[in-house]
Amino acid sequence: MKVVTGDKEIIKPENLVYKRSGLLTDTPFSYCPGCGHGTAHRILAEVIEEENLQSVTVGVCPVGCSVLMYDFLDIDMQEAAHGRAPALATAIKRLLPDRFVFTYQGDGDLAAIGTAETIHACNRGENILIIFINNGIYGMTGGQMAPTTLPGMISTTSPYGRDIKVMGNPLKITEMVAMLPGTCYVTRQSVHTPAAVRKTKKAMKKAVEYQKKNMGTCFIEIVSNCPSGWRMTPVQANKWMEENMFRYFPPGDIKVPASQPEETKTDNE
Amino acid sequence: MKGNEAIAEAAIRAGVDAYFGYPITPQSEILEYLMEANPYEKTGMVVLQAESEPAAINMVYGGAACGKKVMTSSSSPGISLMQEGISYIAGAELPCLIVNVVRGGPGLGTIQPSQSDYFQACKGGGHGDYRLLVLAPASVQEMADFVELAFDLAFKYRNPVMILSDGAIGQMMEKVYLKPYREREKNLPEWATTGKPPTRKRNIITSLNLDPYLHEQHNQKIQAKYREMEKNEVRFEEFQTDDAEYLLVAYGTSARVCQKAVQLARTEGIKAGLLRPITLYPFPAERINELAGKMKHIISVEMSAGQMVEDVRLAVNGKTAVTHFGRMGGVIPTPEEVVDNLKSEIK
Repeated sequence: MKVVTGDKEIIKPENLVYKRSGLLTDTPFSYCPGCGHGTAHRILAEVIEEENLQSVTVGVCPVGCSVLMYDFLDIDMQEAAHGRAPALATAIKRLLPDRFVFTYQGDGDLAAIGTAETIHACNRGENILIIFINNGIYGMTGGQMAPTTLPGMISTTSPYGRDIKVMGNPLKITEMVAMLPGTCYVTRQSVHTPAAVRKTKKAMKKAVEYQKKNMGTCFIEIVSNCPSGWRMTPVQANKWMEENMFRYFPPGDIKVPASQPEETKTDNE
Repeated sequence: MKGNEAIAEAAIRAGVDAYFGYPITPQSEILEYLMEANPYEKTGMVVLQAESEPAAINMVYGGAACGKKVMTSSSSPGISLMQEGISYIAGAELPCLIVNVVRGGPGLGTIQPSQSDYFQACKGGGHGDYRLLVLAPASVQEMADFVELAFDLAFKYRNPVMILSDGAIGQMMEKVYLKPYREREKNLPEWATTGKPPTRKRNIITSLNLDPYLHEQHNQKIQAKYREMEKNEVRFEEFQTDDAEYLLVAYGTSARVCQKAVQLARTEGIKAGLLRPITLYPFPAERINELAGKMKHIISVEMSAGQMVEDVRLAVNGKTAVTHFGRMGGVIPTPEEVVDNLKSEIK
């Protein structure tokens, strides 16, 4: 969105409470109406901007709906092969240790094809932030069953519902990585309400601080929706997510650093 | 020192920024040597044992996309696992070095030396229209020398370079002259993803183009690069070809065997010569075509069922007869076997 000259006349600076992050490009999001990706991108852009990290940030995009993330954020980014983002991020952080390095991955990317890369990057305690968007479905390829698809949930490859006897159980990979000594901060959030957005943004800010202190891997799961893949309206999808996804993937911190660093105590949110 | 150790030591000396690898016989000495040398203390070179070959090659992608000199090494089954990453690296136009110390396949195959990965190295390997620049060392000295050469070429063309060696050269011990230490490069290329300063546009490293016309343009651009390589980077060596009537074409370990075979043949009055391609891609097709005019017969000698022979035939283009001789599955042919084969072909 371009700042129109008229803006200043309509909104006085002292009255401005919210503006679009300068780190979002003019490219319109390619996401479906109601999808959580746009919000997650937006708050990540805000965090990078507010923490003044643009010149030191290298991000890694996944394969999935957010494959074109680099079109939307005005930062240096690398496009990874499906599931391999944590391997790329490992090398980036080790070769440029003073940069802020993050990956942004969906459930298929992170918890199916990239399980090994995810687990081992976390196990090595790479000083990176992994943002994990979990909507229980392969959105980009048209709504196939994901590793996190709920029992009984219908997808194009589980048309009669996910039968856990045949298709296995939803993978709680966030709980798995929390068990590894290499992770310092593991949390599960969402972006479907203003309160949830604020919490997720706060979690991202914490992750930035922990990465600055080289405390280990930070892992933020964002339980999200897929109105198109779930065949629901955005409102129905968020309601369904609260009633079903949250039961299996309850929001909240799963692992926090033993002693909170000084800087994060003063929270000016 | 061993060929594998020479690669490792040369990498430290060439100012390589990082090595990512996963153990596999017969090349594990590269990772072992680097771990023991602890180059991070000396030069700042990062050495990391990855959880798998796919992880290792994607670490190479991540590091190379930061504009750093990054390498990996493996042997045949591991290189197969890396093909996805290699295709992405070629598509994203990233410079890097991949070392393949070839063992016999297919499958788990054998740990003995082989040259059966020629097709994979020279004709693509992974998906899509792409090429690696392939260097074939025939001595421990060349194992060392080609590391620096590979990075020079990789950065010149923004293209992955492969050193296609084999278990024999990886494991054999020879005297090596090592180059002095070179400082790691401090200036990173302008395309590198290092964090966007206000002074430039954001850098994006990707191999994705959803628009087919744009993607065709991208393909044309990388193809043009390969044509440049074909024009400028062909390397080969000739042995007793001046008066030769029979030509052996062989690379790596086979070339060493053939050098002896040429000498043996000449003691029997057979005027044999050897052309050793040093770059397998780009292939010395022009020179082979030139030589073919005066040869009564050409044999492509390879430790495979006959892979390079296809390129030799294309180069010769019907000017003279071309056959293949080789052993498979990890067996190295003897010079006597090569001479016997030559005699049977010219009878």
